[in-house]
Amino acid sequence: MNGINATKMTLDRTFTERRESRTFLAFNAFFAILRRDIRVTGREFLPFLLQALMQPLFFLFIFGKVLPGIGLAAGNFAALMLPGIVALTGMIASMQGVTLPLVLDLGFAREIDDRLLSPLPVWWVALEKVIFGAMRGVIASSVIFPLGWLILGSGFAVRGDRIPLLIGMVLLTGCVGSTIGLLMGTVIKPDQISLMFTLIFTPLLFTGCTYYPWAALRNIRWFQVLTLLNPLTYASEGLRYSMVPPIGGQNFPTLGIGWTLVMLTVSVVAMFVLGTRTFLHRVVN
Amino acid sequence: MSDTPANLANPNPPAIAVRGLIKRYAKSKVNAVDGVSFDVSGGEIFGLLGPNGAGKTTIIGVLTTSIVPTEGSASIMSVDVARDPISVKQRIAVVPQQSNLDRSLKVREILTFHGAYHGMPRKAREALADSLLNELGLGERKNEKVNRYSGGMAQRLMIARALMHEPDVLFLDEPTNNLDPQSRLFLWERIREMNARGLTILLTTHDMDEADRLCHRIAVMDHGKILVNDTPAALKKLIPGGTVLEVRADAPANGFGAGETVRSALSAIPGVAKVEMVEDEKSPTEEGSEPALSFRVYAAAANTLIGPAAQAVLASGAQVRDLSVKQPSLEEVFIFLTGRHLR
Repeated sequence: MNGINATKMTLDRTFTERRESRTFLAFNAFFAILRRDIRVTGREFLPFLLQALMQPLFFLFIFGKVLPGIGLAAGNFAALMLPGIVALTGMIASMQGVTLPLVLDLGFAREIDDRLLSPLPVWWVALEKVIFGAMRGVIASSVIFPLGWLILGSGFAVRGDRIPLLIGMVLLTGCVGSTIGLLMGTVIKPDQISLMFTLIFTPLLFTGCTYYPWAALRNIRWFQVLTLLNPLTYASEGLRYSMVPPIGGQNFPTLGIGWTLVMLTVSVVAMFVLGTRTFLHRVVN
Repeated sequence: MSDTPANLANPNPPAIAVRGLIKRYAKSKVNAVDGVSFDVSGGEIFGLLGPNGAGKTTIIGVLTTSIVPTEGSASIMSVDVARDPISVKQRIAVVPQQSNLDRSLKVREILTFHGAYHGMPRKAREALADSLLNELGLGERKNEKVNRYSGGMAQRLMIARALMHEPDVLFLDEPTNNLDPQSRLFLWERIREMNARGLTILLTTHDMDEADRLCHRIAVMDHGKILVNDTPAALKKLIPGGTVLEVRADAPANGFGAGETVRSALSAIPGVAKVEMVEDEKSPTEEGSEPALSFRVYAAAANTLIGPAAQAVLASGAQVRDLSVKQPSLEEVFIFLTGRHLR
């Protein structure tokens, strides 16, 4: 025991000094928690990638290669669908990174307690989840580009003059997914997980303009309006705007980019505020 | 101790100070904690005892910043819990009833990340993690995940985790609830040892024996209020008479109502404060033997009553099976204060 006490004594001095600055403590705790998530995901990086990429891989192959190959889809369908796949993959990867661990933690495992008892404001723990989830989304989205290039071959087409916007859109898409994930993770009870995933995920997936451009829906007006309620629609359309090359000198028609960016930002802020509120409600009584 | 400006003159402000604490949960009609005040001095082991639902866990929740009080205040090391939770969290550690260990991390990482959350530099946290793991007998399995840990090992790991950031105050919520006897003894030893190093400890339990052995002071709670708050020895004096003579007797074969006869005979002995007839838990299973009667005779000096009690039993036609003098246990104090009904 004496040895330990001696070690502690020497450590104590600097450590006690550090106790004084709450801001330092809080930032330090925040980044330590972020490091923890990176360590855990890094250890399971391959399973994470497989989970995130299996579905887009087959979508790219069937819709981008097989359907055009047998004449059931136009040749440029791959170029129109690729942005949708980037959006969808990013959204799902970021949502899953937040929702599932949160539901389990808040439901019964309480593994998050140690982080909640760290010297930082409790809502920063929610913020960390969102940032980490967005990072997962960005990684998953980014891998779609080389994957698309490999699978689609000559069908792979991305315009090169809107790269900064493209990067911004990928980041924003990750944030949209992780903030929705925060809200879902704090609202869903563990015993409702599979039901809620079906009830929320499936509609989100198919009304998000991932497999079809928004403008093409003008003949089904009610559905076109309905898709505007889904944040994924704006992510897909924003990515389409920054990725699809001009066809015959004409830019491909998408939702206005300004409007798209505003709606995505609104979604991120609203979901974060709502999600953080329910989060606080669940962890502080 | 006072919370007036005279506090400045007090060289040793309490490690934990709770003043007029009230907590009422939303949708609840009664206060879970109903006007509780107490102090815990630095270096003390303080026990919160009470039946389920008495409000112990709520008080721990308030002191550990996860529950916001409805009224009143609480402070740790003179830092107000509601006003400055960040500073409080840096000064406390919590060992909960159920394992909340981070199962995604390896055992050693659970400690090093905990240290990192609390701002410990890398070398410091790694050195301390290793020595704590060795000290608690977990050094050989430090690169496993906790999935395969037994309840006792998980408990030890949670204690190691709690000690990582050198807290001033440690909260133990029913620490030995699900432990085997070996782990329990080991834990008691650790608690005394940590306390000897200067750590202030607040623990909750319904194990009276545990409270009696460990705590310097005990507060018994019920219905959100503290009923008594004193040393174990002082609490035991609350029992009428002070000591207990346990009398077990065999009733005569046709002794219907013999229990009452013996009881009144015992009550008639001079110096007896109170006689209680107890259900004898052994008698129904002991085949072939007559049902035994069992009594608790409360008196100031129970040892002087052995002879008169034996005579009283014989005089009422029963046979003495067993006589023994007992110091009253905290359990009796507890039942005496909170009643026998189930919660």
